[in-house]
Formats: sequence, C-alpha cells, structure tokens
Amino acid sequence: MTSTVHIDVHHLTRVEGHGNIVVNVTDGVVEKCEWQVPEAPRFFESMVRGRHYSEVPRITSRICGICSVGHTLASVKATEEALGIEVSGQTRKLRELLKHAENADSHVLHVYILAAPDLVGAPSVFPLVETMPEVVARALRLKRLCHEWGSLIGGRTTHPTTVVPGGMAEVPRDKDLAALKQKLLAALPDLEATLETVVSLAPGIPAFDRPTEYIALSNDEGYALYDGMIQSVLPDGTKQRYALADYRQVTNEFVVPQSTAKYTKNKLDSYAAGALARFNNNYDMLVPEAKQAADALGLRPICTNPYMNTVAQVVEIVHSVHDSLRLIDELLDTGVRLEPPATPTKHGSGVQSVEVPRGILFHEYEYDAEGICRGGNCIIPTNQNHNNIQHDFEALVPQLLAADKSESEIELALSMLVRAYDPCISCSTHLLDVRFVR
Amino acid sequence: MAKPKVAFFDFACCEGCQIEFTNYGDAVFLELLKHVDIVEFREAMSEKTTEPIDIAFVEGSFTREADRARLMDIRKRAKTVIAYGQCACTGGINALKNHQTDYKQFVYGTDSELPHLDSKKAYGVDHVIRVDYYAYGCPVNKYEVLQIVSHLLHDKEPVIPNYAVCVECKRRETVCRFDEGDHCMGMLARAGCDAPCPASGIPCEACRGFVDHPNLPAFEKVLVERAGFTPQRAAEKARMFTANALEAS
Repeated sequence: MTSTVHIDVHHLTRVEGHGNIVVNVTDGVVEKCEWQVPEAPRFFESMVRGRHYSEVPRITSRICGICSVGHTLASVKATEEALGIEVSGQTRKLRELLKHAENADSHVLHVYILAAPDLVGAPSVFPLVETMPEVVARALRLKRLCHEWGSLIGGRTTHPTTVVPGGMAEVPRDKDLAALKQKLLAALPDLEATLETVVSLAPGIPAFDRPTEYIALSNDEGYALYDGMIQSVLPDGTKQRYALADYRQVTNEFVVPQSTAKYTKNKLDSYAAGALARFNNNYDMLVPEAKQAADALGLRPICTNPYMNTVAQVVEIVHSVHDSLRLIDELLDTGVRLEPPATPTKHGSGVQSVEVPRGILFHEYEYDAEGICRGGNCIIPTNQNHNNIQHDFEALVPQLLAADKSESEIELALSMLVRAYDPCISCSTHLLDVRFVR
Repeated sequence: MAKPKVAFFDFACCEGCQIEFTNYGDAVFLELLKHVDIVEFREAMSEKTTEPIDIAFVEGSFTREADRARLMDIRKRAKTVIAYGQCACTGGINALKNHQTDYKQFVYGTDSELPHLDSKKAYGVDHVIRVDYYAYGCPVNKYEVLQIVSHLLHDKEPVIPNYAVCVECKRRETVCRFDEGDHCMGMLARAGCDAPCPASGIPCEACRGFVDHPNLPAFEKVLVERAGFTPQRAAEKARMFTANALEAS
C-alpha cells in the first residue's frame, strides 16, 4: 500500500476555469484530500440589478463562454415566467434546436479535446495532430459543424444574439435549415467513427463506482434539455420529481472555505448533475439511435462510475443530432417565419431551468412594473458537482492507496475524475488545483 | 526561422474568447498551427512553459490583488501582450459591478467577508501591465484575431477600427434599430465585429467599448427623444460593457 503522497495540482489543465487538487497522505493517513475552487468571483446576481429585462439575458449569458446558449435560454425563460410572456410553438422548437447544438458542441470539445488525451497518454490534443491526424481533423470538423448549427439558430454560439424575451429576434430561412439538415446527415459517418474511437479507448477509463444521487430535468415528452421538472434518481432507482419553484430546497446551497463557488446537496451527502445524471434519470426518452450507441459503449442506467460521464456525453451527441433532424423536419413542414416577440402581461418573479452540457441550471429574477430587474439568483451545474467531486475524492484516494498506486498515478486518476465532470468553473465562479502533500 | 511561441492566459472571465479559438474548423486551425507554436493554453492543454513567449493572449479582467504577480510575470516573459476579449481590454461586463458597494453581501450574504471571496473593482489588464494590442469584443471576432496574428507574423501593425458600428450596419444594409422602434448604442460603439447584433434584430450594446471621444450627452438625448427612455435609464444604458469608460468620461 502506498503510504506517503503529496499532490498539489495548481490550476488543473484542460478544464474550463481554475481548480486545485490537494492530497496529503503521511504514513498511510490521509491528512488532506481536497478539491478547491479559487476562481475569481464575478457577482452576476448583483450586476443585473437595475437593468431592463431586455438586457438581463445578455448580461447573464456572460457567466459562461461554453454554455452561454444555456444561460441565455434559462435567463430568457425565467424572465418570460416573471413577466407572464408566452412564446410560440415555433420559438420553442427553434430554441430546442439551439439547445441541442450547444450540448453537442460542448460535448465534442470535452470528449475530443479535454478528456481523450488522457486515454492516449498525451498532454493535449496538439501532439496528436502528428500522431492521430484523422482523429484531430474529425474533432475540428465536428466542432465546426456544431458551431455552424448553433450560429444558424442563435446568431452565434458564444453569447447568442437572436434569443430574446418573448421569442426569437431573427429566424433561419427554410433553405438554410434544409442545408443544416444535409450537414447533419453528412456528419453521421463522423459520429460512427466517434463511437468506434471511444469504444477503442474505453478500456482506459478507470473502474470506480460510488453510488450517489443524480439530479436532472425530466418531462414526459422527451429527453429533457429545454424544460421539465426537477427529478432525482437514487442508486436503487427511486425517482422523485420537484417543482422548479422548489429549486432552493433541492440545491441547499452553502459556502465552504476551499471554494469561491457555493456547494449543494439534497437527499444524500452530495449529488451529481450532467450527462450521466440525465442519462440515469431519462434513459427511456433517448432516441433509438442513442440507445444503440449506449449499448455499443456498454453504458446502462443506473451507472455509478463518474468517469462514464464522458461516455454519456457521446450518447447525448448522437441523441442531439437525431432529435434535431426531427425538429428540422417539423419546422420545414410548416415553414419558418419571423414573429414579433410576445410582450409582458404582468410583473413579479420567475424561476426557470434548462439542462446545459454540465447539468441542470437554474435562473431566477424579480422585475418591477417598469421591467427593471430587482435581483437574481443563478445556480450553476458545476457548483452542484463540486461537492460530489469532493466526496468522490474521499472515496477514491483510499482505494488508490490500497491498490499501491504511485503518486503520479493517483494525480492522474484524480485529474481525470475532475475532467470527467467537464467542470465549468468560471461559470461556477472558477475551480481546480490538485495538491499532494508528502 | 522558428515559429513564434504563442500562449493563452485567463483571469476573471467566461473563457468564451478562448472557445472562439476552437471554432475555426479543421482547415483554418491546422493551417494556423503551421505558423505558430502554441506552448501554453491551460483550458486545452497540460503542457506549460516558463520560457520566453512571443505572443501572449491574456483573457479576463483584473479584479483582485492576488492576480497582480501572475500578470507581471506574463508581461516579463512575453514579447507581445494582446488583451484578448473585452474583459481584458476594459474590464468588460465585470465592471458592471464597479458602481455598486454591496455586491459581495448581495451574492454571498453573511459569508461575504471570507478572505477567498475578495473582489475589488474590475479593470482591463492594462491597469497592471502594458498591453501592446487589444482584441476587443464580447466575444472577440475570431476573424479579426486571425488578422491581428497574421499582421504580427508579417511584422506589420494590426489595424483596429476606430469608427462606429453604424458604419458596418450601413455596409450590411441592416435597418437601423431606431427605425424599428428600438434603441441602439451603435453610434458610440467601436466597430470591427461586423455588427451582428442589429443584423439579428437586437441593439448593439457596445461590447467592444466606445470609439475615441464618444459624445455621451448627445447619445442620452437620442435615447430619450427617439427611443422613449427615461433620463435615468438613458444615463444607465451606457454602463453595460463600458462602465469604466463611463466613469472616466
């Protein structure tokens, strides 16, 4: 058994934002084992005060560059809820199509650029330009496709322009939607190849199970990404739904000294959000092609290995592409036309949620009669995962010590674990240091 | 000749400008790698360097003293520093809290005095170090970034527009937001983005900051007379991405 370890990973790489991993083991005693979040806090909930409702989603979009589409959608929906605004069926479909684009875009980035290098023993994707040129070219091709897909609907993918309270300020032309459909169809071989690549790398994914609670949006119509109720599933399969209005009771935010991001918990000591949480909650609602992909990848609900979150992301890429083909067909059936945005009918407060790539996201705002924001509250998925990561660390480190793993092996296993959650720390505020203390 | 060494660093921001760097597609990105060596880019790679750097892209705002030493070290090692994105250029959206005094209490409540939650006013990184070039925007225009890099590789001075976004709307034949009954900041806003927001049917928020010498009193008058704003909302409008410029004017 390994008895002395000092790990001090300051600003973990290949994650969004800043986090540290610190582990000190002396004579077999774990003295410290922490996931730390030192990201500079940014105070968005305070900054929206005094701003007009048309500006609020444009401000809170800036919480995160990777999930700015999701933040915009959550913000716009919460604003619509607060102001009694009903959007059209066309708006809803376009926004669902945009949500799919964001999830696929972010997952491609994470699977290929952030997570995969660990499985081939490379420090980043850059050395792979020489050694695996066809895989890198495929990754960049898929990333570009998702960028074009999201940009067609959202105006752009980083801080989208078209999504406004009441509807869509601009809509794609039918011929551009038809062209997008062709591009998605043309990308199916790249999706197949992605599955093959991940299947070939899967033996490198660490075996580690820690049953926990999984929380995701859920509804009876489909695989919930754009809306739904809050749902929890426990390792034994027990499910419970909560109203969105109860989000503060489900998340139970609290401040801890090692993090500028707040922590959360519900029924157990911690819970997980993200692709694996969605998969565990809503597997039945996946399109058949995505279920086949899950079979090929050996992923079944309820999966309690957090490293498999990356694999669940691959399943979701397949789901998003196929479900988007359906949405495009439905939009083209009726034809898309520019609609004037719906207007406020009341004022007050509203809570809404979407699933962003890293999990369930809540936004809440209160507006006065002039449509000026009195305050807001945003609960970010990565915040909800910090506590679960900490509990994973506490379970995993003793196992690794008992298995006689070296310090560098332990550091890699912990770094890979954090990366598997695909944390978005500047979102949550900024997170990740690994420190081993000998 | 050895390829220039390029590195990316981030401070308080959303890292969306770094993400823009992954959106060029295979052809452009792989071509770019033939001309530069990316030696450090924490969000995408584990490799790190303590060696001198030719071009440092610095993203994010300066919001706390703890970040001063890291910025100064980057400046010492880098031949050229590019403030990358609006947070680094002027403080960007982060400066929207600069006029508030209770932001910590509002977000963290009774925990707000914990030392690790420290945050002062947000500034561009030139508050601490000398910056050679500015890649404006929230997010950056990724094609303008290519232009800047290309100019530097050819030993030319990058050209950054100092005219209003209105010019780009006219060039694109976008109908003016005021003619649609809306408002807009395009007449004060620095161009270079190709005016995507008015083209998408929403106002320009001046995310690239102001042109030099913006006429703010005239702008507020237009907001009141043509867009029906209250004088207070007109005065507040210019704070969104340009709070520090507003304070300095």
